[in-house]
Amino acid sequence: MKKKKNISILGGRVIDPANDLDRVTDLHIAGGKILAVGETPEGFQPDQTIDATGQVVCPGIIDLCAHLREPGAEHKATIASETAAATSGGITTLCCPPDTLPVIDTPAVTGQIRHKARKAGFCRLLPQGAVTHDLDGSRLSEMAALKSAGCVAVTNAYTPLANTLVQRRAMEYAATFGLLTIIRPEDQYLSNHGCAHEGRVADRMGLLGIPEAAETVAVARDLALAETTGAVIHFHTLSSASAARTMAWAKREGRRVSADVAIHQLHLTEMDLEGFDSNFHVRPPLRTDTDRDGLRDAVANNVIQVICSDHQPHEADAKAAPFPDTEPGISGLETLLPLTLKLVEQDVMDLSSAIARLTCGPAEILGLPLGTLSPGRAADICIYDPEQRWFVEADALLSRGKNTPFQGWEMPARVTHTLLKGRLVYSFAINE
Amino acid sequence: MSRSNAELQLDEAGRLLHFLTIDGLGREMLTEILDTAEGFTGVSERTIKKVPLCRGKVVANLFFETSTRTRTTFELAAKRLSADVLNLNISASATSKGETLLDTLRNLEAMHVDMFVVRHASTGAAHFIAQHADRGVGVINAGDGRHAHPTQAMLDMFTIRRHKREFVGLRVAIVGDILHSRVARSQILALNSLGVSEVRVVAPRTLLPADARSLGVHVYHDMDEGIRDVDVIIMLRLQKERMKGALLPSEHEYFSLFGLTERRLALADSEAIVMHPGPINRGVEMDSQVADGSKSVILQQVSYGIAIRMAVISMVIGTQNLRMQDVAV
Repeated sequence: MKKKKNISILGGRVIDPANDLDRVTDLHIAGGKILAVGETPEGFQPDQTIDATGQVVCPGIIDLCAHLREPGAEHKATIASETAAATSGGITTLCCPPDTLPVIDTPAVTGQIRHKARKAGFCRLLPQGAVTHDLDGSRLSEMAALKSAGCVAVTNAYTPLANTLVQRRAMEYAATFGLLTIIRPEDQYLSNHGCAHEGRVADRMGLLGIPEAAETVAVARDLALAETTGAVIHFHTLSSASAARTMAWAKREGRRVSADVAIHQLHLTEMDLEGFDSNFHVRPPLRTDTDRDGLRDAVANNVIQVICSDHQPHEADAKAAPFPDTEPGISGLETLLPLTLKLVEQDVMDLSSAIARLTCGPAEILGLPLGTLSPGRAADICIYDPEQRWFVEADALLSRGKNTPFQGWEMPARVTHTLLKGRLVYSFAINE
Repeated sequence: MSRSNAELQLDEAGRLLHFLTIDGLGREMLTEILDTAEGFTGVSERTIKKVPLCRGKVVANLFFETSTRTRTTFELAAKRLSADVLNLNISASATSKGETLLDTLRNLEAMHVDMFVVRHASTGAAHFIAQHADRGVGVINAGDGRHAHPTQAMLDMFTIRRHKREFVGLRVAIVGDILHSRVARSQILALNSLGVSEVRVVAPRTLLPADARSLGVHVYHDMDEGIRDVDVIIMLRLQKERMKGALLPSEHEYFSLFGLTERRLALADSEAIVMHPGPINRGVEMDSQVADGSKSVILQQVSYGIAIRMAVISMVIGTQNLRMQDVAV
């Protein structure tokens, strides 16, 4: 194995929310780990220096949910294509949900996915295991085996569990092994094959609506089950202000529960559905501006402590049909960081909080020693230029999925360097 | 990609390029459609029931959902304009072989079709086709999912204008399954755009959108109150399959609460007319005496449907022709 380079990143604005750090200084890396922040340690000889003057240096981004499509849907994307795209967005760690084909419900599939990611060499890839065998919603998966194979959590992904008893047993069994249960809160009966938020816009456009209650009912139910079982649960991709308020209550009560939101929910609303552009077809659906504002508040107050991409790359055909017949989802890896920084520009929250939601926030939920620049930790680092504005062009995305609703949006910052374990995996200058 | 309804349906001079929804068209355009249809009503009564306006044009009736009335009136309308008509019932052929909607469209365009009349079970299907159709090809929505059925709404407006002359001051009640009805959505838009004084919807809450008032209507759950003093009663068809879910308990209870009977009809204005887009479920939505009674204009709606569809087809083909001439110059 080659010796890992000593690197010094000089003169950048180093932001490490976990350590309450925000100042212009240097960062030194040795052996793939953070060696020091500030003065050059005695005897340290950098093999490489990166001039980060005028740039922001922060921990590499951890994306709590990105569908990479492999195995099973390689016509949409592959582990190699998406992990490469992720690095251009400053992402160093990705969690992939188990809704692949075959499903991530055995150590073999888990191992295969991790192997492919290591071979590609761009990102740390942490699989989420299926909570039930083949995601069938009724038979528990071999969670202990999944955990030892490297799954960081278990989840039902999009598929509903058969009933509340299975939900309870799944939480209990996962808790036995200290595994986090990730839940996409959706009552399948209330969502009833809908494709838009049940409200004025869907009423007028004749789109089948998904009521807010589809989410709030599931959140309330699973909070009750978590209290009964003592399990630690995480709600994935909240979409309503009401669910965010319930989360605020649960946190005040001291419940062991956390939540994330997909970045597009903090920018888009049901109004964007006008014109039936299928790039706005997402699940859970885009809701009202009140919901968007409620979610923004919850993120700002750390009630929702993670922003994720919920990346779902699609081939063009998947989106070329009448709106309800298209597949939901947005290709979001490359816009995750810039759209989060846009929230800072819009005074939703301060820069350190925004970076925390993308780094130490998700690391804490997963219980991983990542998402910070503390000496001794892996040198997963994102460097971006806060002055370099750019416009989103779907065709220019590195992801195989060109399905973005942010076509033509101005992004406030550009990632210039991404380092994984002290190795430069992306550099804007080189990739251009 | 995402364009407003007005941008998609009208050219720079405000002429009709496609007819997809009432939304975004405005009173002037709706009135122009009604006036044009007025001119075509005579054609059906002549010995030679044809005018040469669309001679040499090919209109494809692209029906992904079955329909008798709408498809035949579109076919007749196109033929009376001297167009050639292709009738394609796609539900039975292409889609079952896995062909995508876009492939079906491309194949037909290769046959140099000038217009698509589209009916599809998915909301937004006509918009999708209009956005992907070649320049010079017009698209008319003959019903998409729960979204819109604009020619039905316009023939209803035509019927109302024939009987009431003016829209201003009218009170109109729409009764029945508003939630699932593309007809109701288009009617509500057209009635409000044409300036009636009040649109009411009458239905149990399970057949109404959660926020029905945002559509621009007054909501009634009591039939007697809902049709009191109205000038026009529009009864909607109740699909039989609605009885299977948890939307309604029985046809019997529905009819006893919302069925239109002679007794209830007496509560409306003495000059009131009764409309229904068809086909009627006698004894579910209304009594036979009402359906066949003197106030019923249901069969006139069907005849006017041809004139309205002639108007829309000729207007769209006319605009698309101009568009192609612009390209040629």
